[in-house]
Amino acid sequence: MQSLTNRAKTVERKPMTVWERMYLPAIAKGMSITLGHIFKKKPTINYPEKTRPFSPVFRGLHVLNRDEEGRERCTACGLCAVACPAEAITMEAAERLPGEEKLYREEKYAVKYEINMLRCIFCGLCEEACPKDAIYLSETFTPANYNRQSFIYGKKDLLIPDPRLQPEEYAKAKGLRVKE
Amino acid sequence: MHLTLLALDWALILEKLILIAIIVSLSLLVAMYETYAERKIAAFIQDRRGPNRAGPFGILQPVADGLKLFMKEEIIPLSSSRFLFILGPGLAMLTAMMTSAVVPWSSHLELWNGRTVDLQIADVNIGILYIFGVVSMGVYGVMIGGWASNNKFSLLAAIRGASQIISYELAMGLSLIALLMLTGSLSLKTIVEQQQDSWYYVVYQPLGFIIFLVCAFAECNRTPFDLSEAESELNFGYHQEYSSMKLGFYLFAEYVNMFISSAVMATLFFGGYDIPFVNDAAFGQQHGQNWLAILQGLSLFIKVAFFIFLFIWVRWTIPRFRYDQLMRLGWKGLIPLALLNMIITGFIVLLKQNHWHF
Repeated sequence: MQSLTNRAKTVERKPMTVWERMYLPAIAKGMSITLGHIFKKKPTINYPEKTRPFSPVFRGLHVLNRDEEGRERCTACGLCAVACPAEAITMEAAERLPGEEKLYREEKYAVKYEINMLRCIFCGLCEEACPKDAIYLSETFTPANYNRQSFIYGKKDLLIPDPRLQPEEYAKAKGLRVKE
Repeated sequence: MHLTLLALDWALILEKLILIAIIVSLSLLVAMYETYAERKIAAFIQDRRGPNRAGPFGILQPVADGLKLFMKEEIIPLSSSRFLFILGPGLAMLTAMMTSAVVPWSSHLELWNGRTVDLQIADVNIGILYIFGVVSMGVYGVMIGGWASNNKFSLLAAIRGASQIISYELAMGLSLIALLMLTGSLSLKTIVEQQQDSWYYVVYQPLGFIIFLVCAFAECNRTPFDLSEAESELNFGYHQEYSSMKLGFYLFAEYVNMFISSAVMATLFFGGYDIPFVNDAAFGQQHGQNWLAILQGLSLFIKVAFFIFLFIWVRWTIPRFRYDQLMRLGWKGLIPLALLNMIITGFIVLLKQNHWHF
């Protein structure tokens, strides 16, 4: 029968030689390969003692941003909640009182801001939708937990540390984020 | 005049009981850490790290495994034969432990009141025959486990396992006959003492050693001969229906078997507790008998550890045999080879007795 292409390889069906029929030389060769592997360097990384570096655009946990003077940027406009495909974000707005100019940037702010991490799919659409550069996705994984209630992250879990009061934590939380 | 209780040598009985307790717990401890060694070495062969979370370097992993097995739910199938179901793993473990009674672990200790303590539980003069008898009883553990599960696949696996064990027992016995022509005695202690002065018997009986090694792999149901307990071939085999500690006993009995087979191989072919390259008697005169006994026990353990490493190394290198290939190797390969070995050995022994002429 003629073959259609010339890529077919004929399989060698020679009977086994005496050396091969003894099995032991082939086994010994295999065992030397396995022994070599014992002494090779392992590519395993001992997480959590060591971690692999993430790229700056990695989509991890959300962070609510502040500006350079430490005022919260979020105005509770609700664009992120509308953009979220999994409906994970909920918020409640409130008016800024006269004594709170140092805390909030605009006259409207979010008094309750909750993201349900079990619903979130980490797509980043909320980051793209926000007009105030108030929410972005950072480089940390979501830590594990034992009950469902602890996965609803409130404002205090998400807010970035104040740059004036805690500068090192602020710098660490900012990470390698590209956008300023 | 003082009364003696029943005119028995109570000191001897106490000594033997303590020795039995020590050796049984030692076998169990070694079997436990064999599971750890298997996982670690398997991981290193496969370019990964193995358990390193439970305790430093994962040392407490076997303890965690044992605890897990104890905590699991004990399921006994309703349609199984209840007495046999519980008897199966017990028999497997019993025969695995019983073989450790005749292995000489070290020479002897000298206590402060002049008493010598032999570090071998029973120095019967039919040592090797006893080991064979007990290993043959090990087939019962497998068969009863398969039958009592009331499961066609388990039964099939148990039948295959039993037939594999009895076929390879024959080749093992035949290879040992050639060894016995050289030693002239069945007692393991005598065999070790004979190897202390000359070369180890592996040099005189290389073919016998290889046949014995292959048969030891088959007896322990160890890859490449682990067809009866393979997950994909026979649905996990004769211990499919078992859970919790009964399964633990089956798996543990396999590891204890491995340990004892390594000890027997080291004793028969590699000099047992003899320290290589060192004149044991001279060392004993210099440093005292007790230190010698300790070092000899240590040297036996190093040899056993090497054999256990060999078991694990071969397991993670070779794919397993198909059942007909296994049977063909046992009956048509190893038995003729063992007979040939016997004939050649007999020929050379007779020649030597006749001062090297015909």
